[in-house]
Amino acid sequence: MMAGVVDDPIIRVRGLVTRFGTHTVHDGLDLDVRQGEIIGVVGGSGTGKSVLLRAIVGLLKPDAGQIEVFNQSVRDTSDAEYRDLRRRWGVMFQDGALFSSLTVRQNVEAPMREQLNLEQTLRETLAAIKVRMVGLPENALGKYPSELSGGMRKRAGFARAIALDPEIVFLDEPTAGLDPIGAAAFDILIRQLQAALGLTVFLVTHDLDSLYAICDRVAVLADKRVLAVGTLQDMLEVDHPWVQEYFHGPRARAAFTAPKAEN
Amino acid sequence: MMPAETATTMDRAAFSVDGTRLVVSGDLRIAAVDALDRSALLKKAAGVTVIDISGLTRIDTAGAWLLVYAQDRLAAPGKRVEITGTSDAQAQLIDVVRASMPPADIAEPKPKTLADQVETLGRMVTSGARKTVELTSFLGQVVATMAGTLIHPRRFRLTSLVHHCQEVGLNAVPIVALMSFLIGVVLAFQGAVQLRQFGAEVFVVDLIAISVLRELGILLTAIIVAGRSGSAFTAAIGSMKMREEIDAMRTIGLDPVTILVVPRVLALMLMLPALGLLADISGLVGGAVMSWIELGVSPAVFQSRLVGNTDVWHFGVGMIKAPFFALIIGIIGCYEGMKVGGDAESLGRLTSTSVVLSIFMVIVMDAMFSIFFAIVGV
Repeated sequence: MMAGVVDDPIIRVRGLVTRFGTHTVHDGLDLDVRQGEIIGVVGGSGTGKSVLLRAIVGLLKPDAGQIEVFNQSVRDTSDAEYRDLRRRWGVMFQDGALFSSLTVRQNVEAPMREQLNLEQTLRETLAAIKVRMVGLPENALGKYPSELSGGMRKRAGFARAIALDPEIVFLDEPTAGLDPIGAAAFDILIRQLQAALGLTVFLVTHDLDSLYAICDRVAVLADKRVLAVGTLQDMLEVDHPWVQEYFHGPRARAAFTAPKAEN
Repeated sequence: MMPAETATTMDRAAFSVDGTRLVVSGDLRIAAVDALDRSALLKKAAGVTVIDISGLTRIDTAGAWLLVYAQDRLAAPGKRVEITGTSDAQAQLIDVVRASMPPADIAEPKPKTLADQVETLGRMVTSGARKTVELTSFLGQVVATMAGTLIHPRRFRLTSLVHHCQEVGLNAVPIVALMSFLIGVVLAFQGAVQLRQFGAEVFVVDLIAISVLRELGILLTAIIVAGRSGSAFTAAIGSMKMREEIDAMRTIGLDPVTILVVPRVLALMLMLPALGLLADISGLVGGAVMSWIELGVSPAVFQSRLVGNTDVWHFGVGMIKAPFFALIIGIIGCYEGMKVGGDAESLGRLTSTSVVLSIFMVIVMDAMFSIFFAIVGV
């Protein structure tokens, strides 16, 4: 599975420092993400997983450090360059963050409208394909986000994130709040689309099952930096109380014995 | 890696027909698919049985869709067009897209007929009627809860009442006083221009006193309070509704009407008369100042004419209306807040509905009061 991964990282974070007032979230954080992998970012509540995601996609200005995506700095960039960068990644927020005044179809079409000047029938066809790709039924297209269940909203959010066939997708807790069957289905969906579309997936998660089922590597955030990066086997040998507890706890053991998701 | 645009313009997909083979090469991504004339391609490739994509450098979902689309359209009845030369990843993408193809016939939206418009009208009428019933029942619920707190005073939220009194009353003092002062100034100035023609300058006092005390003071205060506090009620209760705080209250046995609605409505009913009194005073002061400057009516003359010629019922009529206006603003503001659903859109829409509806209802109420007072003769 690791074959075809290049050493040249697609995301490179160096010496990242973020603070909120006097509270330091990251202090000298380094992280590399390889092209074509699914990397799972884990850590206790408040360790800044979502903050890291927001810093990488440029929603949040870090206090120090460098963030490069596709070998291009996210911070020191012109508006035009940033627009091109944005087009090459998709972000799915917790709970989908769908635009509540638009239908699912319009939500998925929104990035296409904004970034490309597509002919209408092509845009509608592609949006319909994306919506079906993430496993939503045909009749979901015309519905508003408030009419969807939590799981469907997440799927629709995922469809919007992959609307432009990005090279990287950032997923913020995609399986949180889903029932185990729905969560497992979402894991398989991520894995399938990652393989079909050649995505690099940056996955912020709390879900041990997701880690075991689909992640190629895991990065653990603790003590304001990335404490360890590696495969799950590597994680079992890390000598840190939080990591030990996380990967040796009863839930972890149950997840570890579960079968891996098929491509 | 090259930026997406340069890559597409440098290496856009090319299609060539070689016997029964359609050879596709280059970069078949969304920009190339969009630029392509699909019907021309189908015409050109009519009769092919194989689509060879071994020369493709890049492909995305749009490109895969185009291949599947061409494969379906080019197939002669009972025959299949093969796609050859795929890499594993390409084959996988094409399979995923094929499985996700939307049904061929996308339903056209039907044009609106007269019957649809009649139906829309009917729906508007019934929803208006339903809203009236709901508002009335909400009013009843609030009044019943208020009566209930008289019997059980311990349920009453005094802290909340005081807080809302400060919000809707004390904090509105500067704007109400200034607005009313300026209204007094305007009335004196406009009245002076007309009355001077008859040498009846001194009647400006009656003009100001009656219009400010009877109508303008309280009406304009109510309109300002509806814009200021009615909208705030809707927004505050609406965002609580959105974040399920109202449901949380109900589950732990707290009644949202007792906790959220009653203190707000009661605070308005206490504070609107006070603000109305303040508006009356500053309106008269504004009028007196302008009369003195423009007409030379001294404050002493103004005062004696005000006391001597103005019936105290003019003031009474204004004040009687205040609690009713307050009730309308409070009930509509809280009701619209309770109607907010799960989406951000409805919060904004209902906040503006709340302000428009409460101002409209205040003016309707004012007109009804005018008729009533004319009949009873005060």
